[in-house]
Amino acid sequence: MTAHDARFVGGAVPLSGSVDMMHGSGGRATAELVQALFVRHFDNPMLRAGNDQAAFQPPAGRLVISTDGHVVSPIFFPGGDIGSLAVHGTINDVAMAGARPLYLSAAFILEQGFPLADLERIVVSMAAASRLAGVSIVTGDTKVVERGKGDGVFITTTGVGVIPEGVDVSGDKARPGDVILLNGSIGDHGVAILSKRENLAFETEIVSDSAALHGLVADMVAAVPGIRVLRDPTRGGLASTLNEIAQQSRVGLRLDEAAIPMKADVRAACELLGLDPLYIANEGKLIAICAPADADRLLAVMRAHPLGQEAAKIGEAVADDLAFVQMRTAFGGERIVDWLAGEQLPRIC
Amino acid sequence: MKYVDEFRAGDLAHGLAAAIAREADPSHTYNVMEFCGGHTHAIFRYGVQDLMPANLRFVHGPGCPVCVLPIGRVDNALELAGDPRVTLCTYGDMMRVPATGRRSLLKAKAEGADVRMIYSTQDALRIAVENPDREVVLFAIGFETTTPPTAVVLKQAAAAGLKNFSVFCNHVLTPAAITHILESPEVREIGTVAIDGFLGPSHVSSVIGSQPYEFFAQEYQRPVVIAGFEPLDVMQATLMIIRQLNDGRHEVENQYARVVTREGNRKAQALVAEVFELRSSFEWRGLGLVPYSALRIRPQFAAFDAELRFGVETKPARDAKSCECPSILRGAKKPTDCKLFGTVCTPESPIGSCMVSSEGACAAYWSYGRFRQQARPAARSTEAAA
Repeated sequence: MTAHDARFVGGAVPLSGSVDMMHGSGGRATAELVQALFVRHFDNPMLRAGNDQAAFQPPAGRLVISTDGHVVSPIFFPGGDIGSLAVHGTINDVAMAGARPLYLSAAFILEQGFPLADLERIVVSMAAASRLAGVSIVTGDTKVVERGKGDGVFITTTGVGVIPEGVDVSGDKARPGDVILLNGSIGDHGVAILSKRENLAFETEIVSDSAALHGLVADMVAAVPGIRVLRDPTRGGLASTLNEIAQQSRVGLRLDEAAIPMKADVRAACELLGLDPLYIANEGKLIAICAPADADRLLAVMRAHPLGQEAAKIGEAVADDLAFVQMRTAFGGERIVDWLAGEQLPRIC
Repeated sequence: MKYVDEFRAGDLAHGLAAAIAREADPSHTYNVMEFCGGHTHAIFRYGVQDLMPANLRFVHGPGCPVCVLPIGRVDNALELAGDPRVTLCTYGDMMRVPATGRRSLLKAKAEGADVRMIYSTQDALRIAVENPDREVVLFAIGFETTTPPTAVVLKQAAAAGLKNFSVFCNHVLTPAAITHILESPEVREIGTVAIDGFLGPSHVSSVIGSQPYEFFAQEYQRPVVIAGFEPLDVMQATLMIIRQLNDGRHEVENQYARVVTREGNRKAQALVAEVFELRSSFEWRGLGLVPYSALRIRPQFAAFDAELRFGVETKPARDAKSCECPSILRGAKKPTDCKLFGTVCTPESPIGSCMVSSEGACAAYWSYGRFRQQARPAARSTEAAA
């Protein structure tokens, strides 16, 4: 074989500079970006095959599919970034059916001018998160939009998974008397993000709780297959998620404020900004609702897992046609825990 | 959490509740107005009313700066935001306030206006420095608490010789409004409830001190107790009002002594006096024209006055006809007395200003307390345990 002149072959796209329109053209630059970045870091046989889709043998049982678009500012934050978040978020949505996640797809919408070094950092983070979770990213897509028409990078991930035999988890299954459990402290992700917002930087040690919860869920459904409801309280926080469940199940939910785990730093930051931590986003938390007879066993299993060490019973379901979420305050009074009205905005004073 | 948990301890609350129950004369009704939205918020958020005896009633006052800004001034802000040269900077909860035609700054932003949510006046100044080709306008609202920071940026802008920064001043004064609630001509028209005593503003008083309320307490023979915003503060101050009423006293007392002094913050007062002067009259949403109740920018700082720079003219604008905000702000009616409450007027789609801010009486009532209007759900079948 004769030696090639490198000039006539074309080299790998350099991962310096910034995203250009040609990276989304579908031509050589796109292919090189995909190879140099996505295939290299996400590396697995299905992706390496180079097809526009991933083919696999579905296992027995009910399949689950979930998709989630990720837009976060800032893109890098204490405890994570948009990449790991895109992996964890979709794994968790699949896992909240009690399912074992199998594969992920990832679609990137990149803004012209976005630094390729930052993109590589995000991809490396996604690769690490998916590897740690044991859930491969097996197919994807890349598009580029003109400068000013995006916010750096948007990532959409879709996940598929399979539900073990005998597990039937759904938001409409809570019954009066059921116990509500939570795997740890609330508000960490939202406060970590707020602390790095351009116009709101403040000193805090709080890092995002972003984590893949399917390992915890696997332990939980193995111990208590009859778990009625699982839900991760992300955007809108604990309060909005509980309102969703209350509406789906047509029951009231009653919380005990003193039992809800919360870090002192999170409380302090919320106090300062006039925000209610019940409405602050989480990315590594789950709510579980189960029959009273199962509650102690479920709590013990949760506490035995690294992502559930601070798990607590935080309340119970009650008969209430109005499906209100109410809370006994730490102060001894009663209040509604309502839906969030629009975006939670800081108070003026 | 140091300095917060101490004021939310359940056992102390029950001790105070027992003292209030013991000292409240069953043959009397105690109507206590909390002027500040911060107090309203605390009462609902922590369920303080649940710990009070039946003959003690909290009357929710007009002390929410977002709630009391008249529609005409919000219309002005929308006009400013609509100017393609202008970047309008505003505090978060001002964004949703409905103006004429139910427009809001949030909607204007969605339509393309350059409206920025800020967390402090310094943010607005920074935006002006970083964007010399934009006219940056600070939509300044609030009581005495938020006025000194506005004065600071005006002085900083003047010192830096900024050419693209101005302030649309809507700062209002608390004592004038409290007086107005009891003696305005409108009281005869819309009626008022008996108010036996006032929980006085805390943050406001940290600036102006407790002294400005002394005349009021004497003239109208109503006790005023300056109270902090924590639920235990509210309960302790309520007990102090009950004791005054039982003793036939009407004094200004200071429950919030850890922050408030009689004289207040002299430095902040001097700063405000240097930059602002009294308006002879200013319209409050729900209260109408209140004499000497607001501030405007002094002529020395005219170059930074958005009203002059943009020829702002406030036209009379009317609240929705059925909206009961005027009566609710005076404590003459409860939120649930309003036909719009919870029907067409909710926090997602507010008609009146009391529903807009989380500190407004209607929003607090809707978000935290509306279950009181319903048959109470079955009692807790088991206690949630930690």
